[in-house]
Amino acid sequence: MTPDKRKDLLKMSAIWAFILVELAFFSIIGDRLSVSDKAFMDFENMLLLLKQSAPIGIIALGMTVIMINGNIDLSVGATFALAAIVLLESMTWPFMQTLGDWAIPLAWLFALLTGVAMGAINGLIVWKTGVDAFIVTLGAMLGFRGLVFMFNGEQPTSHLNWTLVDFAEAQFLGLHTATWFLLATALLLWLLMTKTVHGRNAYAIGNNREAAVNAGIRVGPHFLLNFMLIGFLAALSAVVFYSESGSVNPNDGMLYELWAITAVVLGGTKLAGGYGSIISTLGGVIAIQLLRKGLGHVGADTQTVNLVIGLILIAVLILDRQLNRKGQEELKI
Amino acid sequence: MSDQVPVLRLEGIVKTFPGVRALDGVSFDVRPGEVHALMGENGAGKSTLMKVLGGIHAPNEGQIFIAEEPVTMTSPMQAKAKGVVFIHQELSLADELTVAENIFLGELPLKSFGRVDWATLYARTDDILKKLNVRFTAKTRVGDLSIANQQMVEIGRALTVSPRAVIFDEPTASLTDAEKVVLFDVIADLQSQGVGIVYISHRMEEVFKMTDRISVLRDGQYRGTLETAETNEDEVTKLMIGRSLDLSRNETEHEFGEVALEVRGLSCGQQFQDVDFAVHKGEVLGFYGLVGAGRTAIAETVFGLRTPSAGTILINGKEERINSPIDALRLGISLVPEDRKDQGLVLGMNCRDNMTLPQVGDLTAGPFVSDGAEIAIFDQYRDKLDIRTPGWRQLVGNLSGGNQQKIVIGKWLSMRPDVLIVDEPTRGIDVGSKSEIHNLIRELAAQGYAVIVISSEMPEVLHVSDRIVAMYSGKVMREFTAQDVTEDNLIQAISGLGDDKAA
Repeated sequence: MTPDKRKDLLKMSAIWAFILVELAFFSIIGDRLSVSDKAFMDFENMLLLLKQSAPIGIIALGMTVIMINGNIDLSVGATFALAAIVLLESMTWPFMQTLGDWAIPLAWLFALLTGVAMGAINGLIVWKTGVDAFIVTLGAMLGFRGLVFMFNGEQPTSHLNWTLVDFAEAQFLGLHTATWFLLATALLLWLLMTKTVHGRNAYAIGNNREAAVNAGIRVGPHFLLNFMLIGFLAALSAVVFYSESGSVNPNDGMLYELWAITAVVLGGTKLAGGYGSIISTLGGVIAIQLLRKGLGHVGADTQTVNLVIGLILIAVLILDRQLNRKGQEELKI
Repeated sequence: MSDQVPVLRLEGIVKTFPGVRALDGVSFDVRPGEVHALMGENGAGKSTLMKVLGGIHAPNEGQIFIAEEPVTMTSPMQAKAKGVVFIHQELSLADELTVAENIFLGELPLKSFGRVDWATLYARTDDILKKLNVRFTAKTRVGDLSIANQQMVEIGRALTVSPRAVIFDEPTASLTDAEKVVLFDVIADLQSQGVGIVYISHRMEEVFKMTDRISVLRDGQYRGTLETAETNEDEVTKLMIGRSLDLSRNETEHEFGEVALEVRGLSCGQQFQDVDFAVHKGEVLGFYGLVGAGRTAIAETVFGLRTPSAGTILINGKEERINSPIDALRLGISLVPEDRKDQGLVLGMNCRDNMTLPQVGDLTAGPFVSDGAEIAIFDQYRDKLDIRTPGWRQLVGNLSGGNQQKIVIGKWLSMRPDVLIVDEPTRGIDVGSKSEIHNLIRELAAQGYAVIVISSEMPEVLHVSDRIVAMYSGKVMREFTAQDVTEDNLIQAISGLGDDKAA
């Protein structure tokens, strides 16, 4: 095995090793400090954990694609909320009411199309103007959130459809609906990024845009496609989550973009683009959710949980740097 | 001169990295007022040696002496304090800061409470600029300077102390001939002040013009030091690669095919004006000229990266519009760009993926990329071009310059182009691989490709070309055939002197 491959393998498996450490830690320490009687490693608990990972997880998987491509999308949280409103509100429309349960797939479609459209707006601006994706999606984040507030002010938008709730709470082969969506998304995106031309080109563009252009790759359309993809996934995430909850607050989805990026970076994808893995992001998502749950299990409050996750993120990146240093050639700062 | 105390002496320097003996007992010395060339192929250990000297790497064995006093280098700053300064090949200047701020970066003269003493700063900078005999001022923004002047700023940094030894690493890599002259004056000036100069360069011509002695490294080993006056290029090359490099003139006479690419009255704003040329199948057309003469811009225009402001491009006799590389590739034109790492390769990708990058869209089985088809293409061109890599999974960033260049060439050959444009085919490539690339270019022409070679190295142009287009300041000055070209004519043409003869 070449040193490169060994290093790659090490990096790929690092996040899973980290998850094992977390599991061990919370099982042993957790049982002593636990505020509840239930064991942490409880099977039901783990299933729930996967389900709870889904909303941010689905977005984080899309964010991986965007970041490998050399961009970033800060507007996913706002898109998430916007799609949720479309989902719930559209079911109250008179003509939808007449359709009975057939309104459900239609409402889903509306929500997903909303996400795709928001992504397309981002993608087109980035492609056609050449403005940095960070700036474009920062603007979009504010703008889309503005739309959310314009819709219902500070009021939540609610609509409960019991068929929908039943579907969302269903379990197939033990896994919840949301978990299936998360796993299916991961599988499809993994195939997309490792096996298809689009994936290959996305890596190439992220790694060296000029070389990609010189190789006759149309950079813009790839950008557009990926922004539409993450818009779709943000909406899908909303569809999965709000089918069950039935009520969306105008502040919902805030900071989701940062959680998604945290999971992606924890999974080893480079902020600069050109390097990363869908599967590792899945690991990053699970690792974060484990931390949240585990720390909750031992009685830590949200603030503490955030502090710990922040510290771990920085520690991981320091470690990653050490791993990547080429001898001592790196610039000392 | 030889009885003088050397300003800098290295003795038996050994540096090992896991699995590699990067330096294996290197010794040499620099006398005051001497220009000492350090030569060797890429990977011979020159960079590592410089890093040992600058305190970035600690040597495993051996000793560095400054004026015969043993020293331990811990950082470039400390080396500078001891009078050993480096002028790096790659400029590391802050574009937005002024010349003065750049020169004294990290050692700005201060007043109380950490305030900058601007008066002293500008006065000291002016002194240094006077020594360098340059025309810009201390308050000029560095980003507004030409590359050559930026290099002068870099040299200015070395002069904030009184250096004992200055190490130049490929200082002329991005300079035009006129700019080189200024640099050589500065070096001569330092020399006359008794400073020892270490001059790292690939360019034989300069080394023979400039230096007093030549030390050669090969595979991390010290191969010897020659008196420049008593040796020749052949001997040095042999020391460097263990054999000599064939750079004889191209004398092959053979029949060419039809015109593959013709350009009429092509202009692109300020870059180049009213350019005419044609290249036949089976022919190597050389473009020779100074940096900035518009050669690269022509290649980029033909490849669809720039939009021409006037003129026509004919491919196989048919007028075509080329708006993007996609058009160019469809029409059978490929460009091996000047800067391999920035423009040609995706360094984070493996060899195979780099090679199939432009055509991966056609190598699919169902929705997915076909591994087998890709590997087949990689294997074919690895064998054809003799690319040395442990396997297709190897990251392209880990290959040597020569093999990287072959990957780029293979990438375009696999597209089966009619016209192959190669911009600076051997830049940053070691001598041994150079001749391989040269042979490859000749061979491709013999196979019927129309090849355009852009080069700043005259021996290279003369060696590979059937015809040579000489450019000066955006204009074609003259066209030569391999038979009627002489070095003098060529130099005159690219200096703007051959004007009358061309008319």
